[in-house]
Amino acid sequence: MSTNSVSTDQSETRTDSADHADDGSGLGMSRSAIDAHVKSILVDVLGIQADQAEGFDADTGLFGHLPELDSMAVASLLTEMEDRLDIVIEDDDVDGEMLETYGGLLAFAECKVIEG
Amino acid sequence: MIGTWPCRLEDGRISEECVMDIGDETDRCILVIPPFFNEHNLMRRQLVETMRRISEAGYRCVLPDIPGTNESIEPVELQSLARWEEAIAQAMEHFDASHILAVRSGALIAPKSFQGWLYAPQSGAKLLRGMLRARVIASRELGVHETSERLLEIGRSEGLVLSGWQLGADMIRDIEDTHPAEAGYRTIEQSDLGGPGLWMRAEPDEHPEQADRLAGIMLEELGAPQ
Repeated sequence: MSTNSVSTDQSETRTDSADHADDGSGLGMSRSAIDAHVKSILVDVLGIQADQAEGFDADTGLFGHLPELDSMAVASLLTEMEDRLDIVIEDDDVDGEMLETYGGLLAFAECKVIEG
Repeated sequence: MIGTWPCRLEDGRISEECVMDIGDETDRCILVIPPFFNEHNLMRRQLVETMRRISEAGYRCVLPDIPGTNESIEPVELQSLARWEEAIAQAMEHFDASHILAVRSGALIAPKSFQGWLYAPQSGAKLLRGMLRARVIASRELGVHETSERLLEIGRSEGLVLSGWQLGADMIRDIEDTHPAEAGYRTIEQSDLGGPGLWMRAEPDEHPEQADRLAGIMLEELGAPQ
């Protein structure tokens, strides 16, 4: 069911390193750093293989596609995102769109990091 | 082995609670406080793995139930963090334990008068936030609109069902306001053990290398058993 095709991705979702936070530009976290964080959180919370997460692209289905991602796992995922990306996620932020695909989740994380 | 220990309740009754007891009764004793609620189920296997390693080094390790947890027949809605902390203090005395290993939210009831380790301690506010969020998401899937804020208000006055646990108003208010004990305890972060914390997983799991490292850190500080 899940579409793990590695397609041409215009968003810079390629991971440079799984290292922490700042890219040294003084502008906070880079997009590739956020991508690496979100993937590593998915690996830790869902217990999936790092290779599988590495293959996620913008269209990869999450909620409803990955059996590991139930409502308890969604709660853990959001809590970990808050801790590791240093953001605050409100109830109203959580909707179907942000959880439907990896691209949606990543775009949400990027917005929150910029807001923060 | 599984035994029991007598826990004195507020009303004077004695509740016989179960205890996982590994090691020789004459050895120095370390008491383990597991995380609360769902994380207890997720971490118990891993904690027992860690206890086995510590007992192999010549210590006794106990993981006592406290009222309203695990096999206890006391109702969870009558519990509060203050009552749980008192139960831990009683268990420390009963087992003549010298140290505590408190895990995640378990750190919230590690009495300040004792010493030991806090493994990946979690504040009460974070625990509550996660449980409220899980309920809001699950309700939304059923077409019911709830907010964490409103649920918390209800919880503070009437109590609340969170992740399947019926929590009383005392418990909700205690959790909201409590931070892990610090004095006397050394904090062990998940990053000290390598790999992800097993409490995040949907199903209980075990990780032998993490158990080795956790036991190793504790044993290094404890030194050789007398």
